[in-house]
Amino acid sequence: MDFNNTSDFVSSFWNLWVAGVVLLSILGCGLFLWIQSTAKHAAGQTTGHVWDETLEEYSNPLPNWWRWMFYLTIIFALVYLALYPGLGNNAGSYGWTMRGQYDKEKAVADAQFEQAYGPQLKMDVAAVAADPKAKEAGQRLFLTYCAQCHGADAKGAKGFPNLTDSDWLWGGSPEAIKETILKGRDAMMPAKGLKSDLNADQIKDLANFVRSLSGLASDSLRAQRGKELFAQACAACHGPEGKGNVGVAPNLSDKVWLYGSSEDTIIETITKGRQNRMPAWGDFLGESKVHLLAAYVYGLSNEAKTADASAVEKK
Amino acid sequence: MQSQATYNYKVVRQFSVMTVIWGVVGMLVGVIIAAQLVWPELNVVEWLSYGRLRPLHTNAVIFAFGGCALFATSYYTVQRTCHATLFAPALAQFTFWGWQLIIVLAAVTLPLGFTSGKEYAELEWPIDLLIAVVWVSYAVVFFGTIFKRKTPHIYVANWFFGGFILTVALLHIVNSAEIPVSLFPMKSYSAYAGVQDAMVQWWYGHNAVGFFLTAGFLGMMYYFVPKQAGRPVYSYRLSVVHFWALIFTYMWAGPHHLHYTALPDWTQSVGMIFSLILLAPSWGGMINGIMTLSGAWHKLRDDPILKFMITSLSFYGMSTFEGPMMSIKTVNALSHYTDWTVGHVHSGALGWVAMISIGCIYYLLPRVFGKTEMASTKLITTHFWIATIGIVLYIASMWIAGVMQGLMWRATNPDGTLTYSFVEGVKASYPFWTIRLLGGVLFLSGMLIMTYNMFLTIAGGKAVNAPVLEPAH
Repeated sequence: MDFNNTSDFVSSFWNLWVAGVVLLSILGCGLFLWIQSTAKHAAGQTTGHVWDETLEEYSNPLPNWWRWMFYLTIIFALVYLALYPGLGNNAGSYGWTMRGQYDKEKAVADAQFEQAYGPQLKMDVAAVAADPKAKEAGQRLFLTYCAQCHGADAKGAKGFPNLTDSDWLWGGSPEAIKETILKGRDAMMPAKGLKSDLNADQIKDLANFVRSLSGLASDSLRAQRGKELFAQACAACHGPEGKGNVGVAPNLSDKVWLYGSSEDTIIETITKGRQNRMPAWGDFLGESKVHLLAAYVYGLSNEAKTADASAVEKK
Repeated sequence: MQSQATYNYKVVRQFSVMTVIWGVVGMLVGVIIAAQLVWPELNVVEWLSYGRLRPLHTNAVIFAFGGCALFATSYYTVQRTCHATLFAPALAQFTFWGWQLIIVLAAVTLPLGFTSGKEYAELEWPIDLLIAVVWVSYAVVFFGTIFKRKTPHIYVANWFFGGFILTVALLHIVNSAEIPVSLFPMKSYSAYAGVQDAMVQWWYGHNAVGFFLTAGFLGMMYYFVPKQAGRPVYSYRLSVVHFWALIFTYMWAGPHHLHYTALPDWTQSVGMIFSLILLAPSWGGMINGIMTLSGAWHKLRDDPILKFMITSLSFYGMSTFEGPMMSIKTVNALSHYTDWTVGHVHSGALGWVAMISIGCIYYLLPRVFGKTEMASTKLITTHFWIATIGIVLYIASMWIAGVMQGLMWRATNPDGTLTYSFVEGVKASYPFWTIRLLGGVLFLSGMLIMTYNMFLTIAGGKAVNAPVLEPAH
């Protein structure tokens, strides 16, 4: 692949053009400097021109050290262009590319990782979660790649799920967590559910019913009316009792609220819908790192279980 | 008849006074955002939050403070070195009021969140159009005055001012090419897409440094340093070579802002080597300025205006050495995205741009307000030392913070994972951000002293316009 990336050029003429203009410009600087250096000077005397009563200029020559510094940078430029990409699609004799440098450095780091966690990578996620060395590495990875959204304590924030409780939108099994990290998840709650003709008053009724599901304060008359609307607009995904379906729609009858449980927030959710996305990390991190990350995340809400497992192992 | 005509000092007075006022405003906003980095809870409301005030700070110091200083000094210089009054004085008045309007519009729209998202060119399309009109008017006034000149030769300061005016027009118009979407609210989209947009942006961005913040201020230097030192410019030949080499080479250097990005390798290499070639042409200006003082070094002892000027040239030399070094890919891999860049920018912005402007405005104010010197020379000396200490604190803390951040971000464990999470780098930076804030507060205090001294001078003087002189030869 051409990582030097001159592929925007529609013909090879442009490679010659780039090379020609760059070389002419560099050599032009040198030539200009050389011609100017040959001019005659009368050091210590002025050029004879005067502006604004007192402004004059000495006819001193170019300082030698400065002239040679200038030539030196020009020579450096020419040598650099012979070694590195710069003259159009000429790769330079080192064959260096930034993509190549990245791949090389990443390969080294990946190899170090595979070597350091060889045993753990062969274990299943739940077992890795009990391994202190893997847990430490998993936390480091979490703090680098996941903490921006889920928080350093993994407790999430509005719109970003808490990973330390036992409520899972996409499943809390080791396999489901690993799949979520590898492939990402796309979530979409359509505005007004299945009933696009809901009016503002009906949405308020619905919101009151939804609040009543988890025992939050609600207007009982509105909740009563909302119950019928819920069956038509929401039950298909959230279930008739609002208990949700893993991988389909959240449970509305528990105390966990991704966007907030106030009447206003629920009205907003129903009126406008919600879209959310967990990015896929498989391509970027590779399976090995995701394996350790999944174990770390699994361990967050399964502390007791993993502690037991490690105790068993020690025996 | 000729001797009874007077130079147009009115517009020079207006721009000189506003240089000081906008300097205080721009630096105050800088101090506020520096404090917000130390105490994030100072982000109280969205229109005074860091993200909106930061572009206001950069626009205010570069285009309001720096811009007014350039207008004032170039209008003064071009008249006196051409021995002619300003061409189209009404148009010159228009450039003053137009420029002030642009600044006020920036101060309103940026906090409100209107931005085109292009660094150092954030203002939205109606303001972009206004900038283009004012800038072309500026070019007409400046070059019209050059054509009116009574001297056979054009003085070197005017080459630099002329190069700066022409190029900034080109940069602004090309980079701000955009498709307007609506007027209320103001919104537009760039005419370029993807990496081409990034390249145009940094072609503009780096040349804004090269022409607005370098060539323009070198023009200032070439008039006011020899005047204040009372000595001829060191070498005419050097000014020829470094002028042409500087304006030619700067044009190529932009890609060094996009090392290790989607920009093709060849473009990055070309940007890097021309940035290195730029070292000698940049230093040409420093040599010519500092060596102008040879034989008159003793004047530095008790002339604080000269102190400002010579110190500014030293900072200019320092940052134009640092710049090419940072453009080298392996150095850039460490320095990019860290506070080192912020330190580099401020050694140029505070050390070079602000200090040379301050020196020149101290030279100008008494002359356009009918006095022989500023109300208090002692306060100029105080200003000089406070400002110098402020700069040193600022750039030293940013160097240390930047190198530390770069090293922390790249540190890896034996298992190949990163040693530090990003937030650990943030935490380690707090002490240095506090020192930077202190540096900024000192620099701002210096500007407040200058404001006081300026009003004292104006109160004791009166607006005067000097008579136009016949050229010597």
